[in-house]
Amino acid sequence: MWASVAVTAVKLVVVAGSILTCVAIMEWVERRGAAFIQDRLGPNRVGPLGLFQPIVDAVKLLFKEDVTPTAVNKGLYYLAPMISVFVALVTFIVIPFGAGKDVTVFGVPLGGLIVAPDLGVGILYLLALSALGVYGIVLAGWSSNNKYSLLGGLRSSAQLISYELSMTLAVLGVLLATGSLRLDDVVSYQASHVWNFIPQFIGFIVFTTAVFAETNRLPFDLAEAETELVAGYHVEYSSMKFAAFLMSEYMNMVTASALIVTLFFGGWSFPGMGRLSGWWLLIASVAVFVTKLAFFLWLFVWVRWSLPRFRYDQLMQLGWKGLLPLATGNLVWVGFAMAMRWL
Amino acid sequence: MTAQYVPVLLAFAFAALVAGSLVGLSALLGRGHFNATRTRETFESGMPLLDSSRKRVSVKFFVVAMVFIVFDVEVAFLFPWAVCARGLLAEGDASVLLDGLIFLVLLAIGYVYLWREGAFDWSRRGSES
Repeated sequence: MWASVAVTAVKLVVVAGSILTCVAIMEWVERRGAAFIQDRLGPNRVGPLGLFQPIVDAVKLLFKEDVTPTAVNKGLYYLAPMISVFVALVTFIVIPFGAGKDVTVFGVPLGGLIVAPDLGVGILYLLALSALGVYGIVLAGWSSNNKYSLLGGLRSSAQLISYELSMTLAVLGVLLATGSLRLDDVVSYQASHVWNFIPQFIGFIVFTTAVFAETNRLPFDLAEAETELVAGYHVEYSSMKFAAFLMSEYMNMVTASALIVTLFFGGWSFPGMGRLSGWWLLIASVAVFVTKLAFFLWLFVWVRWSLPRFRYDQLMQLGWKGLLPLATGNLVWVGFAMAMRWL
Repeated sequence: MTAQYVPVLLAFAFAALVAGSLVGLSALLGRGHFNATRTRETFESGMPLLDSSRKRVSVKFFVVAMVFIVFDVEVAFLFPWAVCARGLLAEGDASVLLDGLIFLVLLAIGYVYLWREGAFDWSRRGSES
């Protein structure tokens, strides 16, 4: 009992640590990538190629003056960044980052590189908790007592009700084909059949679009919209509380990319990996997963510096009139293909 | 049965710890050395505050929000169906997919009605009413 709890705790720390490291790397990738796309240099002074820039930023933000404006609603003002970080840190535990069903550590079965391998509700847990992330933004917007923040929070709620439905329906297509809520089963289904993005390409497009909206990334970063709302919901935040919002955005990005990979691109599986077993399979699967993940993380950066921002009524129109029928069509198609025994 | 939720509890504890320490550390380490009242004013593009933001704000998209709740609850019904469908289909019960289709058609009727009523076009109606 306690040994398995210890193994779970170690897995949690390893995965969370990797994601936090990934956040630091992504901050560098984002800034260098933006510079590359805009034909300028970007941060290149601290360390080789500016690689230590994230560390410097974190230390700087930690020691910055912690300004609390007098007009804010104190309790909620402090709670909001905590909610954002909390939600970002609990969602990834159902995602399988690597194989390893036959690996044991100190006699305890590892069950793959997934923090909660036995959790039956699987993706429902992830959907439920990631939807709570919007509270962090809305509460931050309202409690700051600033009109820019308020508008940012309001837009964020408008955003949630536009994409959430389509995202759920796109996930349902995958679940229908798999017949299980657990993401482990989704991966092994794809390993033995075909990667979901081939039969469910529309579902993949809808899900990716919705996930961009969920993580507040351009073209859907209406809650921030720095050209019109200064910084949106976090205008009044400084020092580490500001960094908390930034970190949670990047952590959500990692989780979202991992989810795209898991649901539509075969997760950690790759053709020909069936010959490996034990630790070799674990290492190879993590390498495959990280490669796929890196591509989608770069896609987030690429899109951000290539596309202009939507207006929030446009996002609502897109969500309700465009994505929702497409996602429903995808679901009907999967059902039809299953009835014809194609899937 | 409950053992599967142990990782969830651990993750919650870990996340609460990290979230709390981030905000706590910045309050501890980043103490302000200047007690400037100007610093603590609400941001207003560098000038004195023009107006309070504790006013009534018209949430024009409230109809969409209500529609969202209705549809979200109905889509939640599809989860058990989607999970069971493959097993039932393997047992030769092909009508399970038809049931799902009927449910979706019922949803679609409501959806088409809302579209024709203009529930999703809230931004264009502002000038009329």
